[in-house]
Amino acid sequence: MPDAPTSRRLLLSATALIALGGPAAARSIRGALPWSPNEAYPPPRVTAGGWLYFTAEEAASIEAIANRLIPADALGPGGGEAGCAIYLDRQLAGPYGSSSWLYMQGPFARGTPEQGLQDERPPAALYRQSLSAINAHCRARFGGRAFPALSPEEQDALLHAIDEGRSGIAGLEDKPFFEMLLQNVMEGFFADPIYGGNRDMAGWKLLGFPGTRYDYREMLDRPNQPYRDPPVPLSGLRAASWQVAR
Amino acid sequence: MSRRLPPTDVVVVGLGWTGSIMSYELCRAGLRVTAIERGPWRDTPTDFPPTTAPDELRYSIRHDLFVRPAQETLTFRNTMNQTALPIRRWGSFLPGNGVGGAGVHWNGQTWRWHPWDFTFHSSSVARYGADFLPQDHMMQDWGITYEELEESFDRFEYLCGISGKAGNLGGQLQPGGNPFEGSRRRDYPTPPMQMTAAPQLFAKAATELGWKPFPQPSANLSQAYTNPYGCKLAPCTYCGFCERFGCGNFSKSSPQTCVLPVLVRHPGFEARTECQVTRVNLSRDGKRATGVTYVDTAGQEWEQPAALVLLCAYQLFNVRLLLLSGIGKPYNPATGEGVVGRNYAYQVTGGATGFFGQDKIFNPFIGAGSVGMVADEFNADNFDHGPAGFVGGASLACILTNGRPITNRPVPPDTPRWGSEWKRATRDNYNRWAAVGLQGSVMPYRGNYLDLDPTYKDSNGLPLLRMTFDFPENERKLSRFAVDRCVEAVRAMGAHTVRRNEISGPYSIVPYQSTHNTGGAIMGSDPKTSVANKYCQVWDVPNVFLSGASLFPMNAGFNPTGPVGALAYWAADAIRDRYLPNPGPLVPA
Ligand SMILES: Cc1cc2nc3c(=O)[nH]c(=O)nc-3n(C[C@H](O)[C@H](O)[C@H](O)COP(=O)(O)OP(=O)(O)OC[C@H]3O[C@@H](n4cnc5c(N)ncnc54)[C@H](O)[C@@H]3O)c2cc1C
Repeated sequence: MPDAPTSRRLLLSATALIALGGPAAARSIRGALPWSPNEAYPPPRVTAGGWLYFTAEEAASIEAIANRLIPADALGPGGGEAGCAIYLDRQLAGPYGSSSWLYMQGPFARGTPEQGLQDERPPAALYRQSLSAINAHCRARFGGRAFPALSPEEQDALLHAIDEGRSGIAGLEDKPFFEMLLQNVMEGFFADPIYGGNRDMAGWKLLGFPGTRYDYREMLDRPNQPYRDPPVPLSGLRAASWQVAR
Repeated sequence: MSRRLPPTDVVVVGLGWTGSIMSYELCRAGLRVTAIERGPWRDTPTDFPPTTAPDELRYSIRHDLFVRPAQETLTFRNTMNQTALPIRRWGSFLPGNGVGGAGVHWNGQTWRWHPWDFTFHSSSVARYGADFLPQDHMMQDWGITYEELEESFDRFEYLCGISGKAGNLGGQLQPGGNPFEGSRRRDYPTPPMQMTAAPQLFAKAATELGWKPFPQPSANLSQAYTNPYGCKLAPCTYCGFCERFGCGNFSKSSPQTCVLPVLVRHPGFEARTECQVTRVNLSRDGKRATGVTYVDTAGQEWEQPAALVLLCAYQLFNVRLLLLSGIGKPYNPATGEGVVGRNYAYQVTGGATGFFGQDKIFNPFIGAGSVGMVADEFNADNFDHGPAGFVGGASLACILTNGRPITNRPVPPDTPRWGSEWKRATRDNYNRWAAVGLQGSVMPYRGNYLDLDPTYKDSNGLPLLRMTFDFPENERKLSRFAVDRCVEAVRAMGAHTVRRNEISGPYSIVPYQSTHNTGGAIMGSDPKTSVANKYCQVWDVPNVFLSGASLFPMNAGFNPTGPVGALAYWAADAIRDRYLPNPGPLVPA
């Protein structure tokens, strides 16, 4: 394989279909399996730093929302603390945010619920529009305060109204926005920490999910026994607070 | 302008389960085989090693391995009087892409179907009378019997190293196996998987209910295995990342673990990846295929001439390629005439989720795609359908595949979806739920079919496939009946709270149900009502052979890949032993 893994990966991705010009891009494989040792395609690790997609107010709003959907309590940290906003920021800056893997050709029609997603706006645009509508509503209704500055009770009441489709917020489609939001916040709380959320594996520790251990054969003779080893993320044991508690 | 390439003996469209098996069998028969695959090359050490494979977000949620709808999708509507709209994001089913196809990311539940399934029409008429059959059905036998396919089932099981327990060896019922299965020549190649807590509890409860539970035949292997091709598989580690993921342990049977290592080394074989086949080319009289046309990632169009064309592109895309190529008369639901697109069926799914007390610790993350126990009492014609009032049936199973946290953390009904109460319930129940699920048959109906969409096109400007489908009343009765049985089982397991999951409302493409699409290019004994004869050979164009679940005239209460694999062997044998000595129609029309 002359190609570096990254460039080969680019060649393989369906999005590269459009980008590629030049000579015949087909790969012919014969005689041997076409890979070299130590060639793998891990996801890029999300690193700390400024927001890639969100404005400061959008980020603060998502943090506040995540802390209400998954509140900090005796069971552990809240969604905002666990990094759900960073997670979502990085997702919206990537192919998820632009729907670039999805079929986005028109004509667009509303369709039946059974026909699924038919929205022309990709998630990044939907978040921008919806968060701005929510914050404009908050400022008008709550004496100039945006969502993050509301009390937890006010925040909960507003989120309940959106969840139930009765917020009346101009420029916001309650239900589709809330479904997307709830799904994405849960993703941020429970996805591997490599994506920026689930900080210190807070989501996994809440459940008792051991992460990427990948081998549980030793437990097969112990049905109904608790699993005691701490969780391990994709980035490996060193990143985890590694100790055997058995 | 399309550029013409030197001819080859066989072009295989799609290098998934069926494409890899048929390619290797025909290489071994001395033919030069060129497989053309729309997606990338994929292999265990590069694409899903243990260091990157267990990634729920990437694979399960963002669908990294499946074909991207931007490249190819289909349109959908429930009924003929609606306008179909594109499936913009996958939901109900997840078509594969790239070398290995859906065989990379399947669960590995591997069944021989029942002898009854192959004669489901004539057997139903014989037992219950023609008036018992549902309205607008298109039921017809397969034109092939279980007995004819038995050897091919056996070969697919030994290719995969399936872990299971025989229930019927040469007519002798075997304790611990499925008492309803057809007679088999020998036991499974490897013993059943070791059961985890929930399936064990289900087996006990099912036995108390008078059922005869047995281990799910599994392509996640219970022990190391070397298959007849010399490919080696390793024991499953119960990692809990099976369906939707590639296996980093070489312990899930797939084209990667079972065929490709020997296929790629065969001097007669070449794979061309990242090339989308857009049509099968026909001779001027339309009676012979001359090869295929495909487009590479640079947008260049190529023509690959070949003496034989095998469509191995998965059920949906086999049907689309036939329609795009003008092979076979398209089905017209208004007249009931035509063949390509008819008998599209799907799968009834659902079941019951039970929530248990503090004494249970199920550890749901300890799982595999096929580790579980099954009860077959209500499948096929294993019970009297007279009182039940529907045709078909369902297998019931407790298979705990995973506890992946983004998706799999059920809470009892009436729990809020967010907030502190949700958080506590989520923590309290994560380790204390178990589900009994069902897979039910779907009969073919006049209004459930596939054709080309009049509006929406793919990235090459070609019409998308259009699906028109809903669950008819017969299948809704089956759903209610089978879910009732699941609820009984979950209660007998000791659950304090049970949630029913059954068909309500029209079929929806949003929630995942199963990638068990069937029909559309069915086999049969009459060219007026089928696309292919019993050797999977297209009636109208005898040098085109079909594969996959598009050949099924109905869908049964089991997963499809057992018969898909068996038919691949069956068709490859027919090509080698019958077609090559005397190229032409293998069955007179
Ligand atoms: C999530 C999931 C779980 C499953 N679990 C089970 C299970 O537990 N048990 C079971 O029995 N079955 C299961 N299945 C189904 C099983 O994977 C399929 O039955 C099986 O892979 C079908 O084999 P095939 O060769 O017909 O298609 P595939 O294996 O999908 O191969 C088709 C190939 O053709 C390629 N292709 C398509 N169109 C073109 C084109 N125009 N040009 C070039 N190439 C093309 C595709 O990219 C693909 O690689 C599951 C499927 C999925 C997705």
